[in-house]
Amino acid sequence: MSALGELRRLRSAKGGTTVASKAAKQEERAAYLFLLPWLAGLVLITAGPMAISFYISLTDYNLLQAPEFVGLQNYLDMLGDDRLQNSLRVTFVYVFVSVPIQLAAALAIAVLLNRGMKGLAFYRSVYYLPSLLGGSVAIAVLWRTLFGSDGIVNRGLAVLGVENAPSWVADPSTALGTLIILNVWTFGAPMVIFLAGLRQVPASLYEAASVDGAGRWRQFTRITLPVITPIIFFNVVLQIIHAFQAFTQAFIVSGGSGGPSDSTMFFTLYLYQTGFGNFQMGYASAMAWVLLIIIAAFTAINFWASRFWVFYDD
Amino acid sequence: MTTETTTAARRPRPFLVQGVKHAVVIAVGVLMTYPLAWMLVSAVRDEGGIFSNAGLLPIGGDFANFAEGWDSSDFPFSRYLVNSSLVALGAIVGNLVSCSMAAYAFARLRFRGRRAFFAIMLLTIMLPIHVVIVPQYVIFSQMDWVNTFWPLVVPKFLATDAFFVFLMVQFIRGIPRELDEAARIDGAGFFRTWASIILPLMRPALVTTTIFTFIWTWNDFFSQLIYLADPSMYTTSVALRSLVDSTSASAWGPLFAMSVVSLLPVFIVFLVGQRYLVQGIATTGGK
Repeated sequence: MSALGELRRLRSAKGGTTVASKAAKQEERAAYLFLLPWLAGLVLITAGPMAISFYISLTDYNLLQAPEFVGLQNYLDMLGDDRLQNSLRVTFVYVFVSVPIQLAAALAIAVLLNRGMKGLAFYRSVYYLPSLLGGSVAIAVLWRTLFGSDGIVNRGLAVLGVENAPSWVADPSTALGTLIILNVWTFGAPMVIFLAGLRQVPASLYEAASVDGAGRWRQFTRITLPVITPIIFFNVVLQIIHAFQAFTQAFIVSGGSGGPSDSTMFFTLYLYQTGFGNFQMGYASAMAWVLLIIIAAFTAINFWASRFWVFYDD
Repeated sequence: MTTETTTAARRPRPFLVQGVKHAVVIAVGVLMTYPLAWMLVSAVRDEGGIFSNAGLLPIGGDFANFAEGWDSSDFPFSRYLVNSSLVALGAIVGNLVSCSMAAYAFARLRFRGRRAFFAIMLLTIMLPIHVVIVPQYVIFSQMDWVNTFWPLVVPKFLATDAFFVFLMVQFIRGIPRELDEAARIDGAGFFRTWASIILPLMRPALVTTTIFTFIWTWNDFFSQLIYLADPSMYTTSVALRSLVDSTSASAWGPLFAMSVVSLLPVFIVFLVGQRYLVQGIATTGGK
């Protein structure tokens, strides 16, 4: 069961029973004690700051002077903020180009590895490693060099006879592409999830299909894909949420600027610059709420659309 | 495995198909690991060598880059490694204690609001940190916690990494209830049951949590960038970033060497704990 399946199940479940015995009371008291750290965290680290964040988003606040209430001004300002709208566009391109490619690669390799591949554990590790390292500063540094004017990519191209290739990270038309490649490179984590899901496809289904004369491709589209739609759904939701929050890669590759020409200015990076570079905390908080609403909206759309293509067997 | 034997028995797969599959998997694997190998090799190569040679053999390799990179910022790189380790250690202890407590309550105990709290907990897994970072920063700076490790560690003691609560709930549900019920009948309180029955039995989940917390904390950049502004408090992530800023375009050797140093702990943890990592994402991600 994934976290998403869990939520789905909670929504359809009926209310619990309340027993008022002494033992039950004791159990309840113990439960709240065990939950105390989590409850404190919910109030102090998550829900409380969220409420404050919403209030700050309605103010002008630079950390030094008291917040000044401005109503929805910050939100209205966003409508006329070209850099912000550009950052949204950059983020959308990043999310909706890199996530589908990443998941397609993850699924393709998982299917290749799944059925009777020798050395599965080894390959799985090799493919998984980049997802563990991919979010680090060191890998972003590596990427900046790989795709630099004198980087290994251009060296390779020169060997192939392509001269005067651009500096991929310094050219506004290609810089975002290098970040998309970096995200695709980390397909190992969703791949491992796919592998776990593929293993649960009943072998009897394949046997029946091949008795009926279905070829490999037909088996894949008619059996494998439908059965693992919940896993695909889980990966889509999670990777979209992750990709919207990408930050480190763009920050390091662009040297913190989001450049060249704002071409790698992720929404999160613009938020960081606004809040922690210019100390416009009100505007930054409003941006954070917009990000939350965008992510929530896409997650909701995903859930809504899932009823048309995700098959649950429970 | 049954899939493999049954289909293989019915229709012996041609050697060629297997060969092509392996070739594809190996080719993609090489392509993916090539950048890593190149970084490793570049770190031990002299300056001219990095860009003039796309190959993997360290020509004229030495460890001068490591020596140079180690001492090229305000503090020796060991300082940053220690700082990162301290933050990671605090985060690990915090997550292990607080998440396992919350998970025990969610998985085993009945209480009012359990369903609602559980749903809220699941939702917080998906909450972007950006929504809370500004007020958190305001709060922590008023507590004078900026430039300390507290903002990075204290939240972990409050089970804010809900992902691990969920992972542990899943695991505890798989432990036969009879075991902790027997302990309760023998007179053990809830705390004793948690500490001496549940915790030992959920060791794999605790190991997975430890490994993931380590890697995520070690790789974390956003919150460390925000809270650690004083070079003496820099973690490896933040130190590497400042090293990038101060590195001229021609002197990538030392920077690469320190990048390799910063990835090494993650790599070692990966090698040692990959079984738990794979199980961890498979159980929470899978159905």
